[in-house]
Amino acid sequence: MAAQTGKVNYIELITNGIIKENTIFKLALSLCPSIAVTNNLKNGVLMGVAVLFVQVMVNITISLMRKIIHPRIRLPIFMLVISGWVTITDMSMAAAVPDVYKQMGLYIQLIVAFASILARAEMFASKNRIAPSMADGIGMGIGFLFALTVISFFRELIGKGSVWGMPIVHTKPLLIMILPAGGFFAVGILMAFFNWIDVKFFKKGASAHH
Amino acid sequence: MAEAKKEHQLIVSVSPHIKSEETTSRIMWSVNASLLPAIVMGAYFFGPRAVITVAISIIAAVLSEYIFQKALKRKVTVTDGSVFLTGLLLGMNLPPSVPFYIPIIGSFVAVVITKQLFGGLGFNVFNPALIGRAFLLISFPRLMTIWKEPSAAFLHLDAKTTATPLGILKEEGVAKLMEVFGDKINLYTQLFVGHRAGSIGETSAIALLIGAVFLLYRGYISWHIPVSFLGTAAIIAWIFGGKGALFAGDPIVHLLSGGMLLGAFFMATDYVTCPSVKKGQILFGIGCGFLTMLIRLKGGYPEGVMFAILIMNCFSPLIDRGFKTKVFGAIKRTKEIKK
Repeated sequence: MAAQTGKVNYIELITNGIIKENTIFKLALSLCPSIAVTNNLKNGVLMGVAVLFVQVMVNITISLMRKIIHPRIRLPIFMLVISGWVTITDMSMAAAVPDVYKQMGLYIQLIVAFASILARAEMFASKNRIAPSMADGIGMGIGFLFALTVISFFRELIGKGSVWGMPIVHTKPLLIMILPAGGFFAVGILMAFFNWIDVKFFKKGASAHH
Repeated sequence: MAEAKKEHQLIVSVSPHIKSEETTSRIMWSVNASLLPAIVMGAYFFGPRAVITVAISIIAAVLSEYIFQKALKRKVTVTDGSVFLTGLLLGMNLPPSVPFYIPIIGSFVAVVITKQLFGGLGFNVFNPALIGRAFLLISFPRLMTIWKEPSAAFLHLDAKTTATPLGILKEEGVAKLMEVFGDKINLYTQLFVGHRAGSIGETSAIALLIGAVFLLYRGYISWHIPVSFLGTAAIIAWIFGGKGALFAGDPIVHLLSGGMLLGAFFMATDYVTCPSVKKGQILFGIGCGFLTMLIRLKGGYPEGVMFAILIMNCFSPLIDRGFKTKVFGAIKRTKEIKK
C-alpha cells in the first residue's frame, strides 16, 4: 500500500476509514456491538471511544512488532496484543465510569473478537510503518465512533424521546427502537441511507464500474 | 429491418402457456371483498370509531406505497389491491379504541419496511400486516391491549373496557370465563356471532367463515393450511388445554377466540409468505397451530396467532425446498459422481 511508495497521504488514510471503508455502514463488520449497546447515545459514544482507542493502540503495537512476528504465528500474536489493549481499556473504564460499565462491561470485553480490529492489524498495520498505521487506526476508529453515534442518537431519540438522557420529545416514543429488534431496523435503514448518499453524490455512474 | 424486428418481437416464456382470467389484482380484490362481512360485524359491535380506524389504516397503507414508489421512480402498483388488503388486515387486527396515529405508524411499517424495502409484492419474507401489528404491539404495549366492550347499540358512546376471552382464560381460568358468559351454550353463541372483546375484525366467527367459504369456493385459497392449522390447534387445546388433567381442554373456545380464524384463513394463506407446495403447506399449518397453542398455553402473551404465523413465515422457503417435487425423468446427481 502506501508505505512502499514512501510518500503517504495521511488525510486519505483517515478519511478512508470514515467514509470509503466505514466499518459498519460499508464493511458491515462488528454489527453485534452496534446493535447491542446503541440503545442510548451515552453508551454508543463510550463504546465508540473505547474501540477508537483499542484500534489505534493495536495498530501502533503491531506496526512496531511487524518485523519480529513470524508470519506463521501472526494471528495468535495479534490476538494477544488486542486482548492486552482491551484489558487495559476494560479496567480503565471500570475505574473511571463504573455505572456505565455495569451496563456495557461485557461488550467492552467483546472488543477482543471484533473482526474490524483484527482485519486492520492483518491488512494494514503488519505491513506499514508506525505513522501510517496510526493514521489508519484513527480513521477506522473515528468511522466506527461516527457510526455508533449516529445509530445510538436516532435510537434514543425515537425509542425514548431523549438525547444523552435529557428528554426532548414529549410524544409517546416507539419503544421498539431501544429493543434489539429496533437496532436491526436502525442499522439497516442508516446503512441504506449512507449507501444512497454515496451513490448519489460521490460516485457518479458507479454502476458502470461494477 | 430493426424496426420490423421490434414489431414482431415474440416473447417465449416458460410453460404453462394457458392464459387464465385470474390476475393478481382480481384475486386480491376478491380477498378484500371476502373480508367485508367481518368488517360489517366489527362496525356493528364496536361502532363508527372502529370503521374510521380501519379506513385510516387502509388510506395510510395506500399512500405509503404510492409515495414510496413515486419517490423511487418505480411502477406504482397501488391499484392491484394487495396494499389495500394489507391496510385492511392491519386495521382489522387492531383493538377498536386505539388512537388514530397507531394505524398510520403500523401501515407505514407494514408497507414500506416489510414490503417495499424487500422489493415489493412477491418479495417480502413476512406478512406485512402482521409485522405492522407486531411492531405496534411491541412499541405500544399498553395501547394495543385496551379492549373495548362490544355493544350492539351502534352509537353507544360511553365505551367500557374489558378483557378478551383469551385474556380471562389466561389470567383467571375457565371458571371465570363461564361466570362472565353464563353457560356454555351462551359462551359458544356469543363467540360464534362475535359479541366479545377483541380486535376489530377478528371477533365474529360466522362472518369470517362466510368470507372463507367464498374464497375456498372460488379456489383462491386451498384447504391445506387452514385445516392443518385449526386441526393442530384444536387437538393441542383438547389435550393440554385443561387444568390438571389431560384431554380436558375446550378446543371450541380456543378456535373461536382470538385471531385464530382470521389468521388461519386470511393471513397464513398469503400467497407470498406461505409455502407453495401442498405437502409443505400442511407442515406450515401444523407449525402455525403448534406455535399458537404453545404461546397461548405457556407463553407470556394471551394470544399467539400473530407470532406463530410470522415465525412460520421464515421457514417457508426451507419447507418449499424440503418438499420440492421431483422433476420427471431426473436422475440423482450423487449416482453419477460415484460412477
